[in-house]
Amino acid sequence: MLSINDLHSQIDDKKILNGLSLEVNKGEVHAIMGPNGSGKSTLANVLAGRDGYDVTGGSVTYEGQDLLEMSPEERAWAGIFLAFQYPVEIPGVNNIYLLKAGVNAIRKSRGETELDAVEFLALVREKIKLVKMKEDFMSRGVNEGFSGGEKKRNEIFQMAVLEPKLAILDETDSGLDIDALKIVADGVNHLRNEERSIVLVTHYQRLLNYIVPDFVHVLANGRIIKSGGSELALQLEEQGYEQVMREAEAA
Amino acid sequence: MTQAAIDHYLAEHKRLSNNSAGWIEKQRLSALESLGRQGFPSTRHEAWKYTDVRSLLKQNFISVDTDDSTVGAEQMQTIRFPDLDCYELVFVNGHFNSALSSLPASGEAINVSSISTAGDDVRAKIEQYLNQYASTDKHGFAALNTAFLNDGTFIHAADNAQIDKPLHLVFISNKQNSSFIAHPRNLIILGSNARATVIESYIGLDNAEYCTNTVTEIITSEGAHLEHYKLQQESDLAYHIGYLHAHCHKDSRLDSHSISLGGLLVRNDIDTVLAGRGAHVGLNGLYIAGNNQHIDNHTRVDHNMPNTSSDETYRGVLDGKARAVFNGKVVVHKDAQQIDAQQSNANLLMSDDAEIDTKPELEIYADDVKCTHGATIGQLDENMLFYLRSRAIDETTARSLLTFAFADEVIKRISFAPIRERLEHRVVGRLPDASLISEFLQ
Amino acid sequence: MSTHAEDVESLVDKEYEHGFVTDIDSDTIEPGLNEEVISFISKKKNEPAWMLDYRLKAYRQWLKMEEPLWAHVDYEPIDYQSISYYSAPKSKDDMPKSLDEVDPKLLETYEKLGIPLHEQKMLAGVAVDAVFDSVSVATTFKSKLADAGVIFCSFSEAVQEHPELVQKYLGSVVPIADNYFSALNAAVFTDGSFCYIPKGVRCPMELSTYFRINASNTGQFERTLIVADEGSHVSYLEGCTAPMRDENQLHAAVVELIALDDAEIKYSTVQNWYPGDENGKGGIYNFVTKRGDCRGRNSKISWTQVETGSAITWKYPSSLLRGDNSVGEFYSVAVTNNYQQADTGTKMIHIGKNTSSTIISKGISARFAQNAYRGLVKISKGADNARNYTQCDSLLMGDKCGAHTFPYIEAKNSSAQVEHEATTSKIGDDQLFYCRQRGVSEEDAVNMIVNGFCKDVFKELPMEFAVEAQKLLGVTLEGAVG
Repeated sequence: MLSINDLHSQIDDKKILNGLSLEVNKGEVHAIMGPNGSGKSTLANVLAGRDGYDVTGGSVTYEGQDLLEMSPEERAWAGIFLAFQYPVEIPGVNNIYLLKAGVNAIRKSRGETELDAVEFLALVREKIKLVKMKEDFMSRGVNEGFSGGEKKRNEIFQMAVLEPKLAILDETDSGLDIDALKIVADGVNHLRNEERSIVLVTHYQRLLNYIVPDFVHVLANGRIIKSGGSELALQLEEQGYEQVMREAEAA
Repeated sequence: MTQAAIDHYLAEHKRLSNNSAGWIEKQRLSALESLGRQGFPSTRHEAWKYTDVRSLLKQNFISVDTDDSTVGAEQMQTIRFPDLDCYELVFVNGHFNSALSSLPASGEAINVSSISTAGDDVRAKIEQYLNQYASTDKHGFAALNTAFLNDGTFIHAADNAQIDKPLHLVFISNKQNSSFIAHPRNLIILGSNARATVIESYIGLDNAEYCTNTVTEIITSEGAHLEHYKLQQESDLAYHIGYLHAHCHKDSRLDSHSISLGGLLVRNDIDTVLAGRGAHVGLNGLYIAGNNQHIDNHTRVDHNMPNTSSDETYRGVLDGKARAVFNGKVVVHKDAQQIDAQQSNANLLMSDDAEIDTKPELEIYADDVKCTHGATIGQLDENMLFYLRSRAIDETTARSLLTFAFADEVIKRISFAPIRERLEHRVVGRLPDASLISEFLQ
Repeated sequence: MSTHAEDVESLVDKEYEHGFVTDIDSDTIEPGLNEEVISFISKKKNEPAWMLDYRLKAYRQWLKMEEPLWAHVDYEPIDYQSISYYSAPKSKDDMPKSLDEVDPKLLETYEKLGIPLHEQKMLAGVAVDAVFDSVSVATTFKSKLADAGVIFCSFSEAVQEHPELVQKYLGSVVPIADNYFSALNAAVFTDGSFCYIPKGVRCPMELSTYFRINASNTGQFERTLIVADEGSHVSYLEGCTAPMRDENQLHAAVVELIALDDAEIKYSTVQNWYPGDENGKGGIYNFVTKRGDCRGRNSKISWTQVETGSAITWKYPSSLLRGDNSVGEFYSVAVTNNYQQADTGTKMIHIGKNTSSTIISKGISARFAQNAYRGLVKISKGADNARNYTQCDSLLMGDKCGAHTFPYIEAKNSSAQVEHEATTSKIGDDQLFYCRQRGVSEEDAVNMIVNGFCKDVFKELPMEFAVEAQKLLGVTLEGAVG
């Protein structure tokens, strides 16, 4: 589904990704772990198509298409969803409107009929239960005045409504207390299925207690230096990044 | 230039004096004198630095003596607010049209009348309040308005009176093939604890080339509350000069909303004086300009007394070769302590040929104050754009949506739903790619 | 805070500490201004003909101009015929060849001011040009600077020794007819500092000019010209003091800065002219035109000013951002106490592409003083991707003073991003209480809070001057708590 091959990327003149490769198949959950500054968020942003991240080498293929050639919305239409680390507040733009426009744009691109207001509302009501949010949140501006936890829950809620094929969760666990973390993790687990791939970008192992990944990759200096199963996360937690990085270097 | 214009209007005054009202002749003559003394403003005047009125002055606009123009029912329908149950005073080319109007019953408590049809008792009141606080020395156009004072609206609510429905004052200009000028004058006088909502709509039908030179005077007595709306939708060729002066007594409140969408050359002055403790003014403004439009908004708030507050938000969206000017002045006078004054002005420049000149000013002579102002000029936020696009919204729609959201920051401060909704539609209609986001308003 | 009125009264007695007069024989011409006086000045300074022509042209322009009235300041009309336009210590006539020949009384004056001119006692790493009334009396560290190729001398000397540089750059940033006071200065300026940093040179030490008005009934009209050639870098400081006198004295200086490709000029001012007494009698009228021209690509001009003195201050150190990627900065603390008036700010004119500017202005007004920020940010049509950030804060101390903000923002380019913020308030009672609850006296607490308020500007000053500026602030405001 997603094939990243020898990806190099930089911001301004600073190299961040240095030959990163990664294969994600349908239905798999991958965790990308790494110390601060290793390039985790850069990877997430490059995949979603944010401006300012120059790709200087390598390729990214998504369902047979050159992902890097696509605009952010084209990627969204094709089923890519990024849960932002810092969801921006957009005063004046209504949450529910944003979602409806998004859902219908995706449906249109797939040649499906657009949802009318009644159908859409039913969808929203169903999905919002997943993240235990109140409906009145929907009538507010996008993320406007939301607490940190509410913003993260809103991201998962949007993911549930937009039903992506590939979801990239950028440090979705950061800044969450344990209750909010459980709600977010439950939401993600609920959305996990054989068709949907998930990439979890995280600094801590904590989240992986709740969302157990199929694969764990350690990212350091812009490259994946070690890959393994979910046990690798526990090893990282025990030994710290330094130790694992040293071992990988030695090997 | 200005002398030729003065001479033109002196001659006009003479021409009209035969059929003038007579009863306010003294005030008119004194205003004419004021005009002769001060002339019309030029860019050498600090307050007119960015707005050159020479193109207006050389038009030699003339007044319409009597008007038999009609406005069709269909046209009226587009002008009226849907779902808004209100009284209406309709003026066509500067003259009151009673057939199109519906007024509340006048009595002791409420008195609403057009100036031209005012009876003797109302005339006496008008003479009492006219220029009580506003001044013909404000600028040459204010003097011109008084000198040619002929029609407009007189609204008076006695102590504790509440006007049960909003008053919609509609000024329509539709005369073709004639460069004419109208000088509407509105007086809104609220007694203690009185309440009213007044909407002034300025609308140009067809591509009429004309000038509206309007003055509105507001007095809010102790504890009174006025909601005031000005919706300026003059024709693309029109000139519009507006001066609003408000004098707010103790614990009274004025909420002013000024939306400027039309006109070729537009200048709005809003002067508010907070003359009693606890008085508050909210100034809310939006200007959307494209093509060759020039829209200038000048506001001034005088905090004359302690414990007064003001809150101002003006926003502008500029496209094409449009130019906008914003000048917001807040003055805190000596011994006016415990003042809260906030002001912000934000501008979106959508085109390389558009221009904005903004000047937020603070003049403060007391120390126990909290005054802030901010002004920004910029583009749509890239982070917001990216977020929307990552949620599957295409770029053009996302831009249009964010532009509307930017303008809507002003509109959503309007608490009165029928007016807010109507304005949202009007504003969307002025934005590029409006059709993409029309659904947003449903 | 009116409950603290008694403290105010008791503490306001603090006097201006640089207010002494040096008893020195001086050569002063009769008051009055005409073409003969200008010829006299030019002749006295042994100037070439082009210099006299420049002066006369300026004078004739000035006669046609009107004194500006738009500033938020109030003063009696100045009688330009009652001012003496030239005053020099007598010994200067024989031009001291070295510091040893400078009148000991003069050296003593500078010692008292804390600016020792003897090289062995000098401020480490700071070269000083001392200007006393109308003339430069000494420039230190000249040879060391010469080794680096840096020219740093009095303006008079530059006219004699480097006429080609002076002719090339004089008036190229502030044209003769720029404004009333700059035109007057161009006609009658007597001395000042000149500085040229050659290509690629990083000036090895801070350069500094110390201005002192001593004689009475004189005006001071100095001219400073700094040229930073390609890739060079210089940091320059100026300080100013004057004796206490009952009459007002005029100081109308012009400063021109030119930064070529990749050059950087940092210009700092600690202005402590005599502000007048507590009743507003006397003091300097400080009407100054300062402008920098970022002529080259990637050039940068940074203005930092601490304005504590003068009865009236009228100055707007500005930057023309003509080169692509050029940067302008303005950091200002302006303090007014008693009857002082200040109308100061900056102009940032964005002309080149990718230019950016930052304005941080802190105004403090106490007792009966009036303090205004006036600024212009202009984004010209071709100035793609221009950025400006302005933060303009005012602090009020006492209910009889005033603080005003008049920012003009003009944008003609859709890629411009301009952000202006301003606040006006008094020192927060809660802040004061917090400090005092922690055992800090009220005066110290006010000082701490005011210093904190000014921190963003002080940190832009070279170390020694930051300390001096902080002290000055304390002295200027002592007793103003109220």
